[in-house]
Amino acid sequence: MAQTYRSMLVDPMVDNNPITLQVLGVCSALAVTSSLQVAAVMALAVTLVTAFSSMFISALRSQIPSSIRIIVQMIIIASLVIVVDQALKAYAYEISKTLSVFVGLIITNCIVMGRAEAFAMKNPPVASFIDGIGNGMGYGLILLLVGFIRELFGSGSLFGITILPTVNNGGWYVPNGLLLLPPSAFFVIGLLIWGFRSWKPEQVEDREYRIQVVEAH
Amino acid sequence: MPDKDIDTNAKAPGLIRRFLDTPPDNVGKTVAVALGLCLVASMVVSAAAVSLRPLQEKNAALDKQVNILQVAGRYQEGTDVAEAFAAFEPHVLELETGEFTDAFDPADFDDRAAASDPELSHTLDEDPAGIGRQSDYVTVYLLRDDSGALDKVILPVYGYGLWSTLYGFMALEEDGNTIYGLQFYEHAETPGLGAEVDNPRWKALWRDKELRTEDGEGALAITVGKTVPPEGRDYYVDALSGATLTSRGVNNLVRFWMSDRGFEPFLERLRAGEI
Repeated sequence: MAQTYRSMLVDPMVDNNPITLQVLGVCSALAVTSSLQVAAVMALAVTLVTAFSSMFISALRSQIPSSIRIIVQMIIIASLVIVVDQALKAYAYEISKTLSVFVGLIITNCIVMGRAEAFAMKNPPVASFIDGIGNGMGYGLILLLVGFIRELFGSGSLFGITILPTVNNGGWYVPNGLLLLPPSAFFVIGLLIWGFRSWKPEQVEDREYRIQVVEAH
Repeated sequence: MPDKDIDTNAKAPGLIRRFLDTPPDNVGKTVAVALGLCLVASMVVSAAAVSLRPLQEKNAALDKQVNILQVAGRYQEGTDVAEAFAAFEPHVLELETGEFTDAFDPADFDDRAAASDPELSHTLDEDPAGIGRQSDYVTVYLLRDDSGALDKVILPVYGYGLWSTLYGFMALEEDGNTIYGLQFYEHAETPGLGAEVDNPRWKALWRDKELRTEDGEGALAITVGKTVPPEGRDYYVDALSGATLTSRGVNNLVRFWMSDRGFEPFLERLRAGEI
């Protein structure tokens, strides 16, 4: 096996991060990062769904007809997502109210599908499970970083605990309303990608074109 | 393609073994895999939904009760919700007459379902709250003090803001005119702007405001507005800055529900001391 379990877990954090390197799963990263608590629950939900869907798909991989493999993957992922959604509604009602539609949208999260198609269809169940955990945590890491910046400067709090007392509540901090709106996550994720690629230049993609120098006659 | 991971314990090449050995691209096997997977997946999903439903319904009911307690000022962190909520008397109210009805059991009556049931609701020609259909019956809650005298009434209100329908409760004092509190338990307004309807400082502005003027006519006066005329301090709630449309929605929905087409027939009886 080319990869050790350890590298499967650690690589997706920085070296092969699903958001910053592969630029997958950005849609949900925009939506659920306005507060850290929601981001943490979403990260946990995606990690569980990615890990278990990869494991089940991997266990069935030799039996899955290639003509309907994407549909088979979708059914397995969708079933797991519904189970997670139902469990959240039963055990974490407040949070499920905030996450609302986004739990259901884990089904369309490219990271889950991407790992199923790229890894689980070719690797045994245990490795697929660990790969799923690793990628879910890589996604979660970025979610928490973005959530940290957006909640701190957008609402002056972290995990709902006031850090910078806002003007609305009689404090001094004028919150940056833009950070509470989804587009701000584009800026934050963009800056993170820039930061990651300055730190690890090998992540920079090759240019698709090159300006040619034409000799002057 | 032979597979190492599939259990090979089967002694004779039985039905299952032969099925597993069939190449996956065989048409019959494709159909069989699709059917089998759908069957298993649907069973897992149904099992989760059915087994967790009682907990979910309990949560939703609890959430509503907590909101009723909060709007009536009876909730602190750690309050025993079921015990505190037992002090509230639910009644199903017929809006048009302002009388309680025994036709429905308040424990089972679902306001939301009633609002979309053609038997129990009517369409609105003029619809300032943006709700489309209005139920003929709603659940209201009476809170009595220890001596049994009426202390507060809790009325359900809802209407359209900027992005979403805001669902909430308004608590009125026993005079049927003084507001004790207004609280929304479900909405999807813009975080930081319209969602400031949840801000405790804004909610506190509603305390002790009055629905109607005291002089003669008793016209509906409560307004959410940007400027407060000096003579209207008792009736004006300052709008949320940066959330004009949400504020307008709250204004419209409060005025709609407190008007003749809302709770006014009931409040009239309340003011006359009939309840």
